[in-house]
Amino acid sequence: MGNTSSMLTQYDIEEVQEHCNNTFSQQEIVSLYQRFCQLDRSGGGFISADEFLSVPEFAVNPLSQRLLRMLDGLNFKEFVAFLSAFSSRATLQQKVEFIFKVYDLDCNGKVTFNDMLDVLRDLTGQFISEQQREQVLTHVLEEAGYKKDSLLVLSDFMKILGNSGLKMEVEVPVD
Amino acid sequence: MLLFSLSDKHMPCWLFSLQRCLVELICGFFVASWTGVISYHGPQPSIRPKHVFVANHTSMIDFIILEQMTVFAVIMQKHPGWVGLLQRTVMESVGCIWFNRNEAKDREIVARKIKNHIQGADNNPLLIFPEGTCVNNHYTVMFKKGAFELGCTVCPIAIKYNKIFIDAFWNSKKQSFTMHLVQLMTSWAVVCDVWYLEPQNLKPGETPIEFAERVRDIISVRAGLNKVPWDGYLKYSHPSPKHTERKQQIFAESVMRCLEEESDKFILLK
Repeated sequence: MGNTSSMLTQYDIEEVQEHCNNTFSQQEIVSLYQRFCQLDRSGGGFISADEFLSVPEFAVNPLSQRLLRMLDGLNFKEFVAFLSAFSSRATLQQKVEFIFKVYDLDCNGKVTFNDMLDVLRDLTGQFISEQQREQVLTHVLEEAGYKKDSLLVLSDFMKILGNSGLKMEVEVPVD
Repeated sequence: MLLFSLSDKHMPCWLFSLQRCLVELICGFFVASWTGVISYHGPQPSIRPKHVFVANHTSMIDFIILEQMTVFAVIMQKHPGWVGLLQRTVMESVGCIWFNRNEAKDREIVARKIKNHIQGADNNPLLIFPEGTCVNNHYTVMFKKGAFELGCTVCPIAIKYNKIFIDAFWNSKKQSFTMHLVQLMTSWAVVCDVWYLEPQNLKPGETPIEFAERVRDIISVRAGLNKVPWDGYLKYSHPSPKHTERKQQIFAESVMRCLEEESDKFILLK
């Protein structure tokens, strides 16, 4: 059998559950802990970039570098809080907040045209020109009632994505 | 040592049979050393030309478990150390084919060796592990199509270990084969089920890849394993950036399509 790192106590599970606002059940937290320990091969208490990249689906995700910046050095409690946006119990607000954080990489609470351009570049790679990207983005912003030099905050994102029928959910397998 | 030096093709028939019996015996002892309790189900493989055997792969002991019942020639990664010695002596005698994952041109050389082997009527039946690497016996990863484009009948074999006694998965990244064997030998027993399944042929209009997937289905269902869509070699290297690029391409195309639709709409409204 692989290494069974320190077991989670009931107190630990409750603490993690509180920290993620009850978006995961206790059994799900146990499953997530098993997975966390599996990925944390070096046993450092956090999952390194390389260890994340060992998950093939993660490595092929065009946003992987962005996500790695957000996941850097997270311990298990913070890891679960990070994943909470993907739970079926998470509110739309929590999901949109997560998306906002992906765009707002410098964490200053504002998303600029360039921030959005950066994400679009990650998503489209070499398959559209920079000019076309700017064109698309300007068009999208205008459609939503914003200008090219607008600074978007979380409430703007909520307005734009609020009615999109966003479904960002993952099922945590429970034994 | 007489046994091992006679790996020549022009061996008298009785010596060939004797050699097979001895190899089966050696494997039998090996299995007994880790208290192997193995249940074989299904008809024992018959040696016929143009028949290839495929099985899911969990550890190098898979080969020994199957070898105990019927002597196969297997395709294996060349290993260093005492395993390499065993490979060069005992296994050379049954006609095994070696490959080296790290060599680029290796695939073509191996493909040629396989073709030569199956042409020979006296050669031991060929056993191939199409996953290409050890997997944890809960899942099956994508089968490599090499075994399925030989124009032969493919006989699937499913192997399932009972985890209650010991987890037989050899994680070559975590431990050497020696440590893995020590672990097996010191556990209570290695309990396993082997099913010899119905031979399959390429159906008309089926590509080798579809054939491989169909056989993977048969094996996974029988052994109760989940199928996963990724390449076993991802154990050794990161996925190629081509996969990421493909995703980017799909997204870019849908973005451009939306933009065109919007500008068409705009023109219409004008």
